Amino acid sequence: MSTSANTATISPGGMGVPPVCGAGSASPANLQTGGTPVLPERNQTIDVSLGPQHPSTHGVFRMNVTLDGETVTKLQPVFGYLHRNHEKIAEGNSWLAAMPYTDRLDYICPLTNNWAYALAVEKLAGIEVAERAEYIRVITAELTRLQNHTVFLGFILGDMGAWGSALMYAFREREKILDLFESLTGARMMCNYMRFGGCRCDLPAGWIQSARKLVDGFPAFLDEMEALLTGNEILLARLQGIAPLTAERAINGGLSGPCLRASGVDYDIRKVENYGVYNRFKFRVPRGSTGDCYDRFMIRVLEARESVEILKQAIAGIPEGPIVNPKAKQRGFRPPAGEAYGRIEGPKGELGFYLISNGSDRPYRFRIRPPSLINLTLLEELSIGTKIADVMVILGSIDIVLGEVDR
Amino acid sequence: MNIPGSGIIKGLAVTARNFLGSYVEKDRLTTEQYPEERPKLPENARSFPFLVFDGEDPEAGMRCVSCKICEKECPPQCIYIVQDRDAAGKAIKRPKVFDIDISVCMSCQICVEVCPFESIRMDQDYELSSFDRFGSLVLGKSRLLKSNTYYRNIHPTEAAETDARLEADRKKKEAAAAAKAAAAEKAAAEKAAKAAVEPEVKA
Amino acid sequence: MTGVLEAIRDALPSAGVEVLKNSSPCAQDSLVVSAKDARAVAEFLRDSLGYDYCSNVSGVDWPARKVKEEVVHKESVEGVESEVKETVEREIPGCLEAVYHLYSIAKRSGLLTLRVRTGDRKNSVTIPSLTPVWKSADFQEREAFDLFGIHFEGHPDLRRLLMWEEFADFPMRKDYVPPDDFEYEPTPHDAILAKVKARTEAA
Repeated sequence: MSTSANTATISPGGMGVPPVCGAGSASPANLQTGGTPVLPERNQTIDVSLGPQHPSTHGVFRMNVTLDGETVTKLQPVFGYLHRNHEKIAEGNSWLAAMPYTDRLDYICPLTNNWAYALAVEKLAGIEVAERAEYIRVITAELTRLQNHTVFLGFILGDMGAWGSALMYAFREREKILDLFESLTGARMMCNYMRFGGCRCDLPAGWIQSARKLVDGFPAFLDEMEALLTGNEILLARLQGIAPLTAERAINGGLSGPCLRASGVDYDIRKVENYGVYNRFKFRVPRGSTGDCYDRFMIRVLEARESVEILKQAIAGIPEGPIVNPKAKQRGFRPPAGEAYGRIEGPKGELGFYLISNGSDRPYRFRIRPPSLINLTLLEELSIGTKIADVMVILGSIDIVLGEVDR
Repeated sequence: MNIPGSGIIKGLAVTARNFLGSYVEKDRLTTEQYPEERPKLPENARSFPFLVFDGEDPEAGMRCVSCKICEKECPPQCIYIVQDRDAAGKAIKRPKVFDIDISVCMSCQICVEVCPFESIRMDQDYELSSFDRFGSLVLGKSRLLKSNTYYRNIHPTEAAETDARLEADRKKKEAAAAAKAAAAEKAAAEKAAKAAVEPEVKA
Repeated sequence: MTGVLEAIRDALPSAGVEVLKNSSPCAQDSLVVSAKDARAVAEFLRDSLGYDYCSNVSGVDWPARKVKEEVVHKESVEGVESEVKETVEREIPGCLEAVYHLYSIAKRSGLLTLRVRTGDRKNSVTIPSLTPVWKSADFQEREAFDLFGIHFEGHPDLRRLLMWEEFADFPMRKDYVPPDDFEYEPTPHDAILAKVKARTEAA
């Protein structure tokens, strides 16, 4: 790997050989002379290839990091290890057959992915959604947000070196939500639940009661997590003041979701576009101030608390009725020619689908706007000047899933 | 201002509560001892598709009519159907070969949704690992066909709905057939009456 | 949309901008900007109209296609005028397109779709990069370069994003033919694969 011009790379001997080992190591030439080893110059840099199977890269993701001592001077993300080209697959399949593939983008949050695709198709074909289905969508999407933010808390602790307790507590709680998903949709993660104009099947008997029980118990779990984490001095030292981000840079860099709001931008698509039935629920949009890692961490805790509020209202207000618009056709669906961009506030950020139809039974263009990938745009900017150990925390605080980054 | 270290102590208290709690509270120790202890699957849980047959004989009671809609709609194209033919080479509404490659199947259950004959349904069997990658993961007709009783057993609610729908269809068909027969009878009787009248006119 | 168009025309009178109607029920019309003015229009949209957030950048491939149109023209044969209908085949030249979906976070206002088109699909695939205007276009333009072969001039780091460096073709183009070099295994899928192949050849 070549290094850029602005980092003064001086390899041992200054012969333009790429540096291979850390500063201070004696070269064989020095050992042969028998004299005291000549230390290389102080501003030597070292290239580290982090990943692709490093536990803190959240999947198969690689970063080429150039270090000056422990300080990052350059960082190049390398993508594509998990590239399946979902867009191409979807363009060769029917409109309905693209739905199960959306589960496999961000596999932590299948139901919000389903919703985003269904929403874009509904915009494209002008399909109305059954009211009960809208409520079910809100409930499942907010449960998805809860479980995403829960595992986020576990994973970022792992990135800081605290493997074990926090992650296991988070997974224990997430498993309860996955059980709800399994009893509703048949699968824990690959749900394939939403359909154009509604949902696939109605809630099974007793589901609402179990969901209510879980939602009522959830704040206690969040309290426990906060007792475990937010006051912890080590955690504060690792997160506070690391990689702050201004609102202007966050907006220009296309950050979305919790990362954008952590920088103090009051922008939540649930509020701005009021898709679904979100205008019927009262909830607040938490915001950070400095946009450092601690803000990005805390905003998830606060958002989870707001999700609990939405869930309480949605569960109380769910109406009876059909769960799918009878006019909407699933098999052999042919939307009119045209295009639509539909987006939702996914747990990781703005998840959008850009669809072009030429009136046939398969999409002409099927584009996914992946929040995980676009949130990484500023990774280099955030990382430069921090220590190598902080890069893990920064990456963890952005919250990515490689299934969505590489698609 | 907190005493330095109090945050860590608070956190350790949570860990201790979870550790000690795991001995008494089921909620804090959720691990299932798998091969000895089996998870109770919810009714909707799904693994891979199977074919339903009515009655006792799998071949005779097969609901599948080899319409190939599932084969066409399957997103990863893991279904393979060959239609059966009789001795004269005429196509019969029955599959000769019905294979599902479960190493490719992604359990999306779109085949179930599109099947108009209530024939293909999702199984709950998850212990399908095998030493033979190329043979035993392609399920043929013999392994796919399972009785309606089995279906009622794993998905009671869904099976009851399906049975009701099939029963209603059958009744409708019977009623239609009865109506047709009655109409034919009536027409025959009218014809006979007419025939009886005609000679009189002639005379 | 018309307001935005007028504002652009007032500020940049020489810019080639036109509205493209969208026939779908959502009626998300878009602005087609000529490649030479794209950068100036983008800067104007960001600085003066508040479109500070570039949400999505997608490449779209439009191969050249032939459309049949009925043209009516008058003909006078020996002084008698008559209308003659004629079917004319017209070729629409192909192009690659970069579609930018813009929002304004400051004004919380809605979607503006910006389209920039290349010349043909082979030789003039260069359009200006909008990454200097919106940093968020960085990876997405790289992706469009990678999968569609659109060359973004002025992009700070235009390399392949998802495919590897040595890969030669552009997989998302409509005329892309996958290389026939995948690793062969005796999969149980052979019959299925052959069938799929036969079907795609027939289509």
